[in-house]
Amino acid sequence: MEFFKIRRDIPFMRHALVFNLVSLVTFIAAVFFLFSRGLHLSVEFTGGTLMEVRYSQPADLNAIRASVAALGVNDVQVQNFGSAHDVLIRLPVQKSSTSGAQSERVLAGLCADLAGTMQADALQSGKMVCKTAANAEPLVLKRTEFVGPQVGDELAADGLKALASVVVGIMLYLAIRFEWKFAVAAIIANLHDVVIILGFFAFFQWEFSLPVLAAVLAVLGYSVNESVVIFDRIRENFRRFRKMNTHQIIDSAITSTISRTIITHGCTQLMVLSMLLFGGETLHNFALALTIGILFGIYSSVFVAAAIAMWLGVQREDLIKGPIKKENDPADPNAGATV
Amino acid sequence: MNRYPVWKYAIILIALVVGGLYALPNFFGLAPVVQVTSTKSVAKVDAALQTRVEEALKSASLSPDSVGLASGALTVRFSDADVRAKAKEVIQKTVMVDGQDAGYVVALNALSRSPAWLLSIRSAPMYLGLDLRGGIHFLLQVNMPEALTKKTESLAGDIRTTMREKNVRHGGISRNGQNIEVRLRQAADLEATKRLIQDNFPELQTQDMPDGTEFKLTASIKPEAARRIQDQALKQNITTLHNRINELGVNEPVIQQQGADRIVVQLAGMECVPCAKDLIGRTATLEMRLVDDGVEAQGAESGGVVPFGDERFFERNGRAVIVKKQVILSGDSLTDAQPGFDSQTQQPKVDLTVDAKGGRIMRDVSRENLHKRMAVLLFEKGKGEVLTAPVIQGELGNRFQITGAASAAEANNLALLLRAGALAAPMEIIEERSIGPTLGAENIAKGFNSVTWGFVAVTVFMCIYYMLFGVISSVSLAFNLLLLVAVLSMLQATLTLPGMAAMALVLGMAIDANVLINERVREELRGGASPQAAIHAGYDRAWATIIDSNVTTLIAGLALLAFGSGPVRGFAVVHCLGILTSMFSGVFFSRGVVNLWYGRQKKLKNVSIGTVWRPDSGNQVTAN
Repeated sequence: MEFFKIRRDIPFMRHALVFNLVSLVTFIAAVFFLFSRGLHLSVEFTGGTLMEVRYSQPADLNAIRASVAALGVNDVQVQNFGSAHDVLIRLPVQKSSTSGAQSERVLAGLCADLAGTMQADALQSGKMVCKTAANAEPLVLKRTEFVGPQVGDELAADGLKALASVVVGIMLYLAIRFEWKFAVAAIIANLHDVVIILGFFAFFQWEFSLPVLAAVLAVLGYSVNESVVIFDRIRENFRRFRKMNTHQIIDSAITSTISRTIITHGCTQLMVLSMLLFGGETLHNFALALTIGILFGIYSSVFVAAAIAMWLGVQREDLIKGPIKKENDPADPNAGATV
Repeated sequence: MNRYPVWKYAIILIALVVGGLYALPNFFGLAPVVQVTSTKSVAKVDAALQTRVEEALKSASLSPDSVGLASGALTVRFSDADVRAKAKEVIQKTVMVDGQDAGYVVALNALSRSPAWLLSIRSAPMYLGLDLRGGIHFLLQVNMPEALTKKTESLAGDIRTTMREKNVRHGGISRNGQNIEVRLRQAADLEATKRLIQDNFPELQTQDMPDGTEFKLTASIKPEAARRIQDQALKQNITTLHNRINELGVNEPVIQQQGADRIVVQLAGMECVPCAKDLIGRTATLEMRLVDDGVEAQGAESGGVVPFGDERFFERNGRAVIVKKQVILSGDSLTDAQPGFDSQTQQPKVDLTVDAKGGRIMRDVSRENLHKRMAVLLFEKGKGEVLTAPVIQGELGNRFQITGAASAAEANNLALLLRAGALAAPMEIIEERSIGPTLGAENIAKGFNSVTWGFVAVTVFMCIYYMLFGVISSVSLAFNLLLLVAVLSMLQATLTLPGMAAMALVLGMAIDANVLINERVREELRGGASPQAAIHAGYDRAWATIIDSNVTTLIAGLALLAFGSGPVRGFAVVHCLGILTSMFSGVFFSRGVVNLWYGRQKKLKNVSIGTVWRPDSGNQVTAN
């Protein structure tokens, strides 16, 4: 099988301006939504309490909201988590009560709504479970999570530090391995992917959690890959085709790597798709961030990175280093010798 | 040209065997077990206990898979978790003596089902994180200012006493925040006080200023001393937590320092959040009381009636000690306990320091009760225990020592217990997670399914698109997975759900190396190279690109590892390891397979790498 039957080099660079404009517009839109809507940060960043409860009957979210509000806890978010039976309850940080007391109170309140009472578990001493008169368990607390506000601030700071060190690390490596123009081009192209992912999360108000942050940074490293493969080819082409100009060199490099770019990304996307389908609610946003990152990663490395390098004025001399041998160098014992 | 020397095949074979051996335990799974361990030396874990437990289980008609004694623990294996839950209750009742806690801890655990020969080479399954096995996670913030304030308070008292002893007059000593303020009327007193503090309190630094006609001397703890105090407070809190968690019966609890002032506590398999919180909230008290060694009391030691005004307590080794009810000193007065060696006899000892008020009481009590015994008791949850009961050898001050410990380790242990009775500084829960066991099992299934189906999809695509080269790529991808699992098992790195996601992602990325190679080989074939030359050039040219692209991915992974915490770290560990293993499997291993298959054939006409399409001829040239 062969998907890519390309007869001659595709003139990508002729349309570079258009591609860059498209990028710019998406980028500006992403930044706009980031500022106007903001990210919907998870409990890990904001601090607060998270409870995941499984009901034996499909849960009535409005009733849950009402009963939590009746407990005097304001600003509560209640939503389904994966199925109609699973409910996720987010409680904001409260200064007055400790984490455990808050989630226990809410659980007792929800239990009472279903005509149950909290009782000590027969199997594990000290554990409290909700039991009705008929000894059924109408709801089970599957997990709780409490994060103090000071932890959230540190996580956000650490996230930014991680982002900064990825950017600096990759730029340094590319500058050493290739040339500063490529380093700048690759980082601009791929940071724009990151901003676009964040823009999607802001626009749809998907929850931005720690795994999503990990996905974003992984995507940054991954899509720089793409640019590296293309740059590698550009360098090789500069060596091989001495007569082509920079335009043609870049076009030929992108054309000859495009099949690999798409197949690789397709394979990675297959994996991510499998996470999206089988990974459940916890991995859902992680996989979403990766999907957007992969799609825009293709776009940015094919259409944007090389174009920026071109605008920055990449030349053959930038990449092919080593002293150019002068004719009749008196210090060279082999001067004048030809083979 | 496409031949590997023998040593390269040897490396591949070794990697395959070692990887296989270490990945193997993961396939056997975990067996639910109940473990009985002992916290006291009277509670012996021996064959007698084993028969007792076996009989109790038989009479409750519960059949364990096996009952065995190993390294001080009685391990009862079951085939399913429900039976185990019932059995735990039975065992718990069995190990009690007359309905009383006899010093045994009964805990639930999960042990590898892998055969003994695998265990003997230290091959264990991957270490699952709390989100996969269920349990409770706490992050505790130690209130360090509080620890310093406590210390300052006791130092202020000590300064007061020392000044009185040395007859230096002052106009009042008070603690203001973390400073001690001493008011002095005369310049001579100021000098004397300064000297006194310098000589007796090396951990303090002083600063004086005129205050009207008088003087004010401000003493504060030196930064390096403060750091030491904080360090000690943290260590003491960790030890206290250890002692308290041990009796909860949690297996392999994780109690670690994180940063300068935080402690992580992870209790796998625990569901009782209130019990866990009790660990932190509970207060323990230390008391010093005199031992009654009258005739009546000696009778009571061996089981007689306890005399009026006395109480019976037990030492750790089970020996009874009859002590008076009157408390000489409580733990608040004890400021420090350090193990050391007596300079004259070279015997191990524990140096105790009590505050000034305590020192006065000790002096009076010791003078009146020379050559009698004094017991140090630890009270927790209303139950008292004798830590030690030494004989008073002389008149004691605010610094005295306990000698007679059998070994340095014992002295160390005693010092620790004396210090660790209570928390050095209060702690606050700043992060808490509890994951039910069912959710853990669901998470494992989700992670497993994601990896499996993703892997199958990629493999199928590769095999169809690249034919035999695709098969080889798929085999090396499988090899990559095997190596990754083996390395994770070897390092016993914690595997979490994000870690499993990283595993899936890294497989998706690892195939990149093979795609690069296969595309390159096709391109060379398209350019008219002979099959052998195409394979050679394909691998060689792709190598530089693969290195570059993996380095950039690795940079991102390392940054995540450096700055990430919790779920991000779990992701980053697998991500970084996966990139490293993929370089080995994707290039070195797959080349080995290709060489083995094609390298021997001198006149190779075709390679099976799918369609090689040539633009010049316009029609397809099938290469196989």
